[in-house]
Amino acid sequence: MIEIKNLHKSYQMGKNSLHVLKGINFSVEEGELVAIMGSSGSGKSTLLNILGMLDELDEGSYTLDGVPIKNLNETKAAQYRNKFLGFIFQSFNLINYKTAAENVALPLYYQRVGRKERQEKALKYLEQVGLKEWATHLPSELSGGQKQRVAIARAMAAEPKVLLADEPTGALDSKTSYEVMDLIQKINDEGNTILLVTHEEDIAHMCKRIVHLKDGVIVEDKKVDQVRAEQYV
Amino acid sequence: MKFIFDRNTWQEIFGSISKNKTRTIITIVGVLWGIFIYIALSGAAKGMDNGFEKVFESVSMNSMFVWGQSTSMPYEGFKTGRPMQLKLSDVTTLENRIPEIQNIAPRITLGNFGSDPVFTVRGQKSGSYPVNGDYPVYTRIATKKIFDGGRFINDEDIAQARKVCVIGERNLQELFEKDEDPIGQFIRIGDVYFQVVGVHKLSQGVSFDNDNAIFIPFTTFRKLYNTGENVDYFCIAAYDDVDVVQVEKDVKSLLRNIHRVNPEDERAFGSFNLGEMFTKVSGFAKGMTFLSLVVGIATILAGVIGIGNILLISVKERTKELGVRRALGATPKEVRSQIILESVFLTMIAGVMGIILGAGVLSIINSLTKDLDFPYTNPTVPIPYVLGALLIMVVLGTLIGLIPAQRAVSIKPIDALREE
Ligand SMILES: Nc1ncnc2c1ncn2[C@@H]1O[C@H](COP(=O)(O)OP(=O)(O)OP(=O)(O)O)[C@@H](O)[C@H]1O
Ligand SMILES: [Mg+2]
Repeated sequence: MIEIKNLHKSYQMGKNSLHVLKGINFSVEEGELVAIMGSSGSGKSTLLNILGMLDELDEGSYTLDGVPIKNLNETKAAQYRNKFLGFIFQSFNLINYKTAAENVALPLYYQRVGRKERQEKALKYLEQVGLKEWATHLPSELSGGQKQRVAIARAMAAEPKVLLADEPTGALDSKTSYEVMDLIQKINDEGNTILLVTHEEDIAHMCKRIVHLKDGVIVEDKKVDQVRAEQYV
Repeated sequence: MKFIFDRNTWQEIFGSISKNKTRTIITIVGVLWGIFIYIALSGAAKGMDNGFEKVFESVSMNSMFVWGQSTSMPYEGFKTGRPMQLKLSDVTTLENRIPEIQNIAPRITLGNFGSDPVFTVRGQKSGSYPVNGDYPVYTRIATKKIFDGGRFINDEDIAQARKVCVIGERNLQELFEKDEDPIGQFIRIGDVYFQVVGVHKLSQGVSFDNDNAIFIPFTTFRKLYNTGENVDYFCIAAYDDVDVVQVEKDVKSLLRNIHRVNPEDERAFGSFNLGEMFTKVSGFAKGMTFLSLVVGIATILAGVIGIGNILLISVKERTKELGVRRALGATPKEVRSQIILESVFLTMIAGVMGIILGAGVLSIINSLTKDLDFPYTNPTVPIPYVLGALLIMVVLGTLIGLIPAQRAVSIKPIDALREE
C-alpha cells in the first residue's frame, strides 16, 4: 500500500538547514495498523505529513497504492488526499461552526457527493462511532473523546485507502484514549490501513506493528501482539 | 463556471456566512451604507431634476422675451435716448426673416412696467389688476390652464374685437362670491363691461403671469386704449432643437435694423431668455446627479473595500479551517472560489438591503415633500443606475475577494494546519 525509499527531508531555517529525515525506507501492506514512535522532534509528524501529501519530500520516492507521488501541484495533491487519505489530528480540527454531521460530510462535499447522500453517509459513520444522537451538535458541545470520534468518522466518510493519525489520543485521558483506540482497532479489523503516531507505549501496543524513529532514521521496526482496547473500556 | 451554479457550493457558502453572524453583519453594514447613500442621493438628485422640470412644465423652455427701451447711441441722424416702440408689423418681419422662430405672441399691457393697473368692478366688489391684450397664440408659448367650462381668447374674439376676458383665480376670489360661476358674467374693466369667458389657473412653477392678471383680446385692448400698432413685448418661442440664445441675438439685431438703430446698440432693446435660465437650473440638477453618483460610488467602493478588509482578517482567522478543508481535499481553486463567492454574496445581500432601505427613505421623503412648495418631485432612481450599482458591486466584490482568496491559498496546507 505504502512504499517509501530513501526518504530525506530538511527544513530550511534561515541559513541553517535542519535535516529531519535522513533516509527512511519503509513499506506498509494493506490492512496494517502501524504505530510510529520516537522522542519529541524525531520527525514523526514530518514523516506522516509527507505520507499525507501535506508536505513534500526532498529526496527519495513515495508510492501510494501503486501511484508514484512526485511533483504534485496543490490541486492534484488535494485530489489525491481526498481520494486516498483520511486524517485524524491530535487537536481534532473540527470546523467549529459546523455540526458533527456537517463536519463528517465535508470530505464528501469535496468529492462532489450529492447533499442527500452526504447526509446519509455522515449519519452512517456517526452511528459507527456511536454518536448518531449528537449529529446536530456543534463541536463546542462535545467532549474531547467525542470530538475525536467525530474526527474519525470524518476521516472514514471519504472511504480512504489509508488513515493517518498524528497522536490521536494525545489530548485525551487514558480511558477516552482506549475508547478511541477501540474504535481504531475495529476500523482496522474491517481491513483499513492505519498509521498512527504516538508517544505512549500502551497505545503503541494496541497496534500490530511498531516503528521507532530516532535522529531521522528508523532504528526499530517490529511486529507486536495486538492488545485489544475493548477490555479497558 | 459550473461551480457557481452548483447548489452545494451555495449551501457551503451560506453555511459559512450564516454561522459567522457577527462577521457577516459587520461586513454587510459597510456596503449597505454605501449603496444606501448612493440610492438616497441619486434619488434625491433625480427628484430635484424632476422638480425643476415640473417648474418649467407650463412654459416653453426655448422661449424669450424682447421689449423696447431707448437707444444709447446716435445713428443716422437720430439722437441718443430715442425711445423704442415695438410694432405689430415687426411680427411678420421677424417670422419671415428668422426661420428658427416657432411662435411669436405680441402683448400689450397695463399694470406692468410701471403703468397703473386697471380699476375693475363687479357689483359691490372691486380691485385694481394688470390687464393684458393677447393673441391666442400666447397659449402655445405658455400653457394656460383654464378651469372647466371656460376658454382662452380665440381667433373670433380677435377678429371681432369682442369685449371678453379671461380672469385669474385671484380675480375670481376677489370679485365673485364663493361657489359663484363667473362664466358668462360681466365685470367692468376701467369704463367698459367685459364678459368673462374663462378663469385661468395659476401654474405651479415658472409662469409669465400673476394669478390676478386679466386677459383681453389684443384687438379690443388696442381699440379701447387707442394704442394702434404698438406692442409692449414679444414672447417668442424657438423650435426645440434651436439655440435660443442665438435666436435672441438675431431677433434684437433684426429689430435694430427695422427700427433704424445703431447695430452696436445693445441697450435699445431689452430681452430675457428662459432657455438660458433653464439650462442653468437643469445644469445644477444634472450637477447634483453627477455629484451624488460620484459620492455614492465612492461610498460603495469604501464599503466593498471594507468587505475585503474583513474577509482578509477572517481568512487569517480561518487559516486553520481552510487548512483542514484542504487536508480533506479542497483544491486551491475551490478554496479561492469559496472566498470570492462569499465576498460577492455578502456584497449582494448588503446591496439589495441598501437598495430597499434607500427606496424606503426616498418614498418617505416623497410623501413628506409632496405638499411643499419646493421643486422636488417623484425622487426615483432610474433602473439602469440600480442595475449598474449591482453590477459594480459584483465586479468589486469579486476583485476585492481575490485578495483574501489568494492569501488563503498562498499558505501551504501544512502551515495552515500548524497555525494555532
Ligand atoms: N515547518 C518547520 N520548519 C522548521 N522546522 C520544522 C518544521 N516542522 C518541523 N520542524 C522541525 O523538525 C523536527 C521534527 O519535527 P516533527 O514535528 O516531525 O517532530 P515530532 O517527532 O512530531 O515531535 P513531537 O513528538 O513533539 O510531535 C523538529 O526539530 C522541528 O523543530
Ligand atoms: Mg509531532
